[in-house]
Amino acid sequence: MLTGLIGKKLGMTQVIDPATGRIRAVTVIALGPCTVTQIKTEPTDGYDAVQVTFGKRKPSRVNQAERGHFAKAGIAPGVRSAEFERRGEGELKLGQAVSAADVFKAGDPIDVSGVSKGRGYAGVIKRHHFAGFPGSRGTHEYFRHGGAIGNRSFPGRVRKGLRMAGQMGNEKCTVSNLKVVELLADDNAILVAGAVPGPDGALVTVRHATRPKTRGAIVANG
Amino acid sequence: MNGVIKKVEERNLRTDHPQFRVGDTVRVYVKVVEGEKERIQAFEGTVIKINRGGNRTNFTVRKISYGVGVERIFPLHSARIDRIQVLSHGKVRRARLYYLRGRAGKAARLETV
Repeated sequence: MLTGLIGKKLGMTQVIDPATGRIRAVTVIALGPCTVTQIKTEPTDGYDAVQVTFGKRKPSRVNQAERGHFAKAGIAPGVRSAEFERRGEGELKLGQAVSAADVFKAGDPIDVSGVSKGRGYAGVIKRHHFAGFPGSRGTHEYFRHGGAIGNRSFPGRVRKGLRMAGQMGNEKCTVSNLKVVELLADDNAILVAGAVPGPDGALVTVRHATRPKTRGAIVANG
Repeated sequence: MNGVIKKVEERNLRTDHPQFRVGDTVRVYVKVVEGEKERIQAFEGTVIKINRGGNRTNFTVRKISYGVGVERIFPLHSARIDRIQVLSHGKVRRARLYYLRGRAGKAARLETV
């Protein structure tokens, strides 16, 4: 149907496997239903894709351009729109609602993208895991610094890409090859093994893994 | 907490355990897998901590084994716990009995109710 959907991170919890007693940390993501807003095709747009939207927005908060775009599909304006490629069988038409169960099933490897939690202007210890300086033995007002950033008159400059303090987080971030532990079709939600970017309530896009591991990790995680 | 998360957490709660509190002496029957076979092993000691939180609830049992203090943390709703037996109720005035760690022998006893 589609390669992915837009959803909302609800939060994390644990699930216990009733058979083995194995506990695993999961993220609950409210996934879809997403409504098809536009179907792009090779002849008209140069490539094939399906644009879907998630959530609801007051029509008064939507600008005219977007309002027209949603009206064309005959649907209410959504909060977030995204394009996905087609995957597998299944007819798609404008205004159609696609739910989590249409796209994912338990055990699927997925990639989850979102905006990570912002850490502000962070120092090198937090941002790059630098070790810092000793708390005693002569260190004077120099505890969480990064140390020297260059050499001498040769090369006479700071090399490119040197890790320094700066903005950390609040940027797009993708976690690859997570696993759908369970599909809650009734609630339009999935349980994903492990953590996904962003705070609770953040919008995330969930896609079928682009580079799934054929063996190893996914199998080992059982 | 979100309704969906609550629903997920309440699915596999176990209701077959007896009630017990911090300070109680309990015997926990744990399922142990050894190779192919599964057998049940008991762990008996004092409950020194209960960490509550829906299906994430766990409790710590402390015992002295061959003179060495051993603490084991059990998830209350785990399927690995066969059953829990409450042996006696201790009279305690705090929720976390970490002070027992610094005591041994007679000093580590709790008044029973």
